[in-house]
Amino acid sequence: MYAQMIKTASTGVKSREEMSEEERRFQDRIDAGEKIEPKDWMPDDYRATLIRQIGQHAHSEIVGQLPEGNWITRAPTLERKAILLAKVQDEAGHGLYLYCAAETLGVSRDELTEDLLSGKMKYSSIFNYPTLTWADIGAVGWLVDGAAIMNQVPLQRTSFGPYSRAMIRICKEESFHQRQGYDIMMKMANGTPEQKRMAQDALNRFWYPSLMMFGPSDKDSVHSAQSMAWKIKINTNDELRQKFVDQTVPQAEYLGLSVPDENLKWNEETGHYDFSQPDWKEFFDVIKGNGPCNVDRMAARNKAWDDGAWVREGLMAHARKRAARVAAE
Amino acid sequence: MKNEWPLWEVFIRGQHGLSHRHVGSLHAPDAEMAIKNARDVYTRRNEGVSIWVVKAADIAASSPSDKGPLYEPSQSKVYRHPTFFDIPEDVGAM
Repeated sequence: MYAQMIKTASTGVKSREEMSEEERRFQDRIDAGEKIEPKDWMPDDYRATLIRQIGQHAHSEIVGQLPEGNWITRAPTLERKAILLAKVQDEAGHGLYLYCAAETLGVSRDELTEDLLSGKMKYSSIFNYPTLTWADIGAVGWLVDGAAIMNQVPLQRTSFGPYSRAMIRICKEESFHQRQGYDIMMKMANGTPEQKRMAQDALNRFWYPSLMMFGPSDKDSVHSAQSMAWKIKINTNDELRQKFVDQTVPQAEYLGLSVPDENLKWNEETGHYDFSQPDWKEFFDVIKGNGPCNVDRMAARNKAWDDGAWVREGLMAHARKRAARVAAE
Repeated sequence: MKNEWPLWEVFIRGQHGLSHRHVGSLHAPDAEMAIKNARDVYTRRNEGVSIWVVKAADIAASSPSDKGPLYEPSQSKVYRHPTFFDIPEDVGAM
């Protein structure tokens, strides 16, 4: 998931008696499956939580371009280069759909950007890991986009209309991303012994960071319960992580690669795989800014924003001048 | 001076002769750039053959609290739907 550890702005789920008349009506609409639209009344905490969640999701799409962009100039064939370019362009598009959805809640694009650049708002921990070889581009598409899809598919049913519509668009495009990644993995896994080693190495490095994308276990979290009551979170982190493992393990087997987890085992009783949890200490460390690439990623975003300032200002000045000329005529 | 580019709402007409449909929004300094950006953001997979952009600030919208007065009157006018009328089968297709 591209939004992790979203702190729900609330003190827990209110009972119907504790709710105001407006809050009751609002909850009834959500329970009835109605979509909430930007101009509708909504609790302040619903608005604040959604701005955080959609904003973080958008930032992840934008920062997520960096690890893959790293390989555009070095893609092994012209076709792979064109595909990767299209994929990275999609990520930019996904970021833009989501920023627009967040803006309908009354936050401006510049505020969101500034909060990312200052470090006040976060992006997914996964993008703080480096893409060291071409096989990593395969692993990112297969695992990282695979994990993102797992989370985004249910969010198509989220209660906030603009968010739901952005998710529907994104999900339509996301499946190309995962398949192009798996296609790279197939090629590598069936290639020379050295290529297969690279594919295995990429899986080894991206497996646990991918499991971390769903965030730590939240089954006892009151924040999470409120977000679920509001239908801005549909499944628990553990449910989605399990689903991801169940889906991905057979795909790894097909590639002839082994998942780096000695405790991984099919459990006949539960009908799911048993698996090891990622190192949550590492996760919190990466979130805090100490991952292998946090500094690089933030520096790249800040540089892009600063270097683009004259373009933004110049085009705006030109548009104002032209509008003034038209008005004078 | 505030330099954030204004917000534009984007409408796309698909291939099959349907009306333009709202697909989302974007920021651009002027209409020309808004159309160029809309092409990149909203038509990467042949979604459309025509783009309209409108400054978001120029759109007037009905208010959610007017829902009742605006739409409830039509609820009681069931005779506006063809299924209100029973036409005997003998008459044939109508």
